[in-house]
Amino acid sequence: MPKVTVDGVEIEVPAGATVLQACELAGKEIPRFCYHERLSIAGNCRMCLVEVKPGPPKPQASCALPATEGQEIRTDSPMVKKAREGVMEFLLINHPLDCPICDQGGECDLQDQAVAYGRGGSRFHENKRAVTEKYMGPLIKTIMTRCIHCTRCVRFSEEIAGVDEIGALYRGEDMQITTYLERAAAHELSANVIDLCPVGALTSRPYAFEARPWELKKTLSIDVSDAVGANITLHSKGREVMRALPRVNDDVNEEWLSDKGRFQVDGLTKRRLDRVWLRREGKLQPAEWNEAFAKIAAALEGDKASIAAVAGDLLDAETMFAAKALVNACGSNLTEARQTGMTYDVSNLAAVNFNSTFAGIETADAILIIGSNVRWEAALLNVRLRKAVKAGAKVFIIGPEWDPTYPATFLGSDLKILNRVPKQLGDVMKSAQRPAVILGAAALAKGALPAALKLVDKFGLVKDGWNGFNVLHISAARMASLMLGFTLPGGMGDIAAASPKVLLSLGADEMDYAPFAKSLKVYIGHHGDRGAHNADIILPGASYAEKDGTYVNTEGRVQFAEKAVFAPGDAREDWTILRALADVLGVTVGFDSFEELQAKMIAAVPALGEEGLADYGPLPKGDSSARFDGAIAGYPIKDFYLTNPIARASAVMQQCSDELLHGADVKEAAE
Amino acid sequence: MADRTPAPDTPELRARWGGFAWTPENKKIADWHIAKYPEGRQRSAVMPLLDLAQRQVGAETGTQGWLPLPVIEYVAKYLDMPVIRVLEVASFYFMYNLKPVGKFHVQVCGTTPCMLRGSDALFETCKKRGMVKGGISPDGLWTLTEVECMGNCATAPMVQINDDNYEDLTPERLDAVLDALAAGQQPKTGTQEPGRHTCEPLGGPTTLTAMVDANHDYRGEW
Repeated sequence: MPKVTVDGVEIEVPAGATVLQACELAGKEIPRFCYHERLSIAGNCRMCLVEVKPGPPKPQASCALPATEGQEIRTDSPMVKKAREGVMEFLLINHPLDCPICDQGGECDLQDQAVAYGRGGSRFHENKRAVTEKYMGPLIKTIMTRCIHCTRCVRFSEEIAGVDEIGALYRGEDMQITTYLERAAAHELSANVIDLCPVGALTSRPYAFEARPWELKKTLSIDVSDAVGANITLHSKGREVMRALPRVNDDVNEEWLSDKGRFQVDGLTKRRLDRVWLRREGKLQPAEWNEAFAKIAAALEGDKASIAAVAGDLLDAETMFAAKALVNACGSNLTEARQTGMTYDVSNLAAVNFNSTFAGIETADAILIIGSNVRWEAALLNVRLRKAVKAGAKVFIIGPEWDPTYPATFLGSDLKILNRVPKQLGDVMKSAQRPAVILGAAALAKGALPAALKLVDKFGLVKDGWNGFNVLHISAARMASLMLGFTLPGGMGDIAAASPKVLLSLGADEMDYAPFAKSLKVYIGHHGDRGAHNADIILPGASYAEKDGTYVNTEGRVQFAEKAVFAPGDAREDWTILRALADVLGVTVGFDSFEELQAKMIAAVPALGEEGLADYGPLPKGDSSARFDGAIAGYPIKDFYLTNPIARASAVMQQCSDELLHGADVKEAAE
Repeated sequence: MADRTPAPDTPELRARWGGFAWTPENKKIADWHIAKYPEGRQRSAVMPLLDLAQRQVGAETGTQGWLPLPVIEYVAKYLDMPVIRVLEVASFYFMYNLKPVGKFHVQVCGTTPCMLRGSDALFETCKKRGMVKGGISPDGLWTLTEVECMGNCATAPMVQINDDNYEDLTPERLDAVLDALAAGQQPKTGTQEPGRHTCEPLGGPTTLTAMVDANHDYRGEW
């Protein structure tokens, strides 16, 4: 633990810290462009210069200099000030003065630091360099004249995303950042380079010229596009969500966000259900709330208990609790959230949880992935797995091949292989200190859960301070629904067998409606998607951006999201619809306000009231008779960009799907 | 500064170079280069391999050689590295030609010492033969490039033609060199000054004169 003196104050810094980190620990602000905590150190922008003794009598780049015992660091000397002014002047030599038309304006590192550390004027009278625009796909807009060559984007794509596609061509003044042959950056985390770019060279294409950061209302929310539960901020202007940006949460998403979570928000204004629809003579026609409610009540006349509820993938816990309360009050227990028909055992939630946690899986040294395309099912988890591999972990995958971005051994897609563990897998897992198994949705669908639990003992997955048994869900609502008991032992099959007179579909767009031909299908949701097409009655609800709610990610992490904007038109927050329906049906659900609903939910499931990891207790014993069976033919996600109704409504996501996955020609607007 | 953008990625380019592969001799050399580096560090051989590929292209086309995109991709694949990383290297170093060149790549130094010693006249000489900067002359023989200092300031002005330097040039001497090359002969490389061997001072040494014949210890005289 070296002791250093920063501006006359002595502090102790962790071994291996850089001078920059030492200065930060001492509370000093060090300007920087190329340095980023989560990327390797490049040391090429020279903005972080400080004066260090002992050392050469010139300013040193603090980001690349290790802090050592007895260093005297000055961040406030005339030499430092002059050096920073010089660097800033050089950076600005070729930087255009187009801040008024630049999308980064107001949140630009260069702008801020030029004000704080610059000279305030330029002595450069020659022509500035100009660089042609580079195409980087439908998400990233480039204005490369603004680039200051910090290479953060290059390092991100190489180190974090693992898809080496951005590079710095040519040299010196002619250096240009580009992708190979200006191909689109095609991976699930590509848009994070927009956040990383300290200037306006890489900006968001869909958000181009839409708003200024100071006009936006920021609301803390949770991403629902997958089960990772990435922490996001929704930036809204008026009644529209303009963009979603990641928030820093080292336990969940670090500071990244998948492209889907970031860019599906334009879908929030498209294909919205903003009024009540009623199917008359086979056609959906506009109607009034009362008409719709009356029809539901009429269908249940005399047999209130013949009601069932199916929850979709994007729901918050409160909506599901309200639906369950309503169904139970009617005397029915038909609620199911695993809408695609999975029937795994949920009597012990530890068995269907991601027990290692995302931060923990980084420390695993042997990982077996069974039936999960992690890149598409949880792009941010793949970043963690990549880190584990970089630290020396071995990865084995069972399932059809996909490109994991790190070395991994595919053992075929036949699950039976695990009944007699192959030697190469067994040796690695048994000698590992922290072995982990990740069971994906494709394996759950094949009923592999009981057999997988046997691996806990076989591989020693549970050790002191380590639980390596993980289930990776793909639905943001899944863990909350399981905690609320929104399930039936036989899954969707039980509901179909009961043939309820009324089927409440709460944003369930992936379920099969065919078995419910005789039921009155009431769709409570926000997008005109598959569920709405099959519905007899549509009651317009609110999306995740339009209601407060509690979400539980696949680790069992309880997180709260806040309401950013109001739902459009006649749409209401889902719980109010269910509350009103309770009155029509003449039952009591026991809450009249959102606070009461939440309090009642927390009383029923106390873990939902506490932010952070829920405790599900120890893993159950594996059933010794369980066997792995069947082969994984494919993964549930066929198209990364179109997995939920919001994304399917989003023009940006559709363009990504067409262009990045299906190789359609680049459609560029006439300019 | 020379235009360093790669030759455009056209179907013709793909058709001509898509099937590029090492000749058996070059494969041996490539593997020899790779073997210099530890297992898993084969990427370190990217520069010699690019040079080798450029020479193979040169041999196939009867020119100094250049690096079409499919060839760059071939090298990337051969070294199991992302193609953008190879293109970064190829576009950084001027020894790699990213566009077709003529049989002789005439690189005239235009930096200060050479300019003071008359490199402008050398450019004139070249242009009179139909050379154009960055392009191939109509007869397919010449490509002219203006380059920065090549480290022969003591014998300025100089040009580099393919792998050889020609120094102490005047327009007449350069003409003689180019004539010889065009005629298929190999002119004398290095300095063109009669009586000069390399870059020793003209007219005999003016310093360290006592060292000319035998080793002399100057330390006592300081």
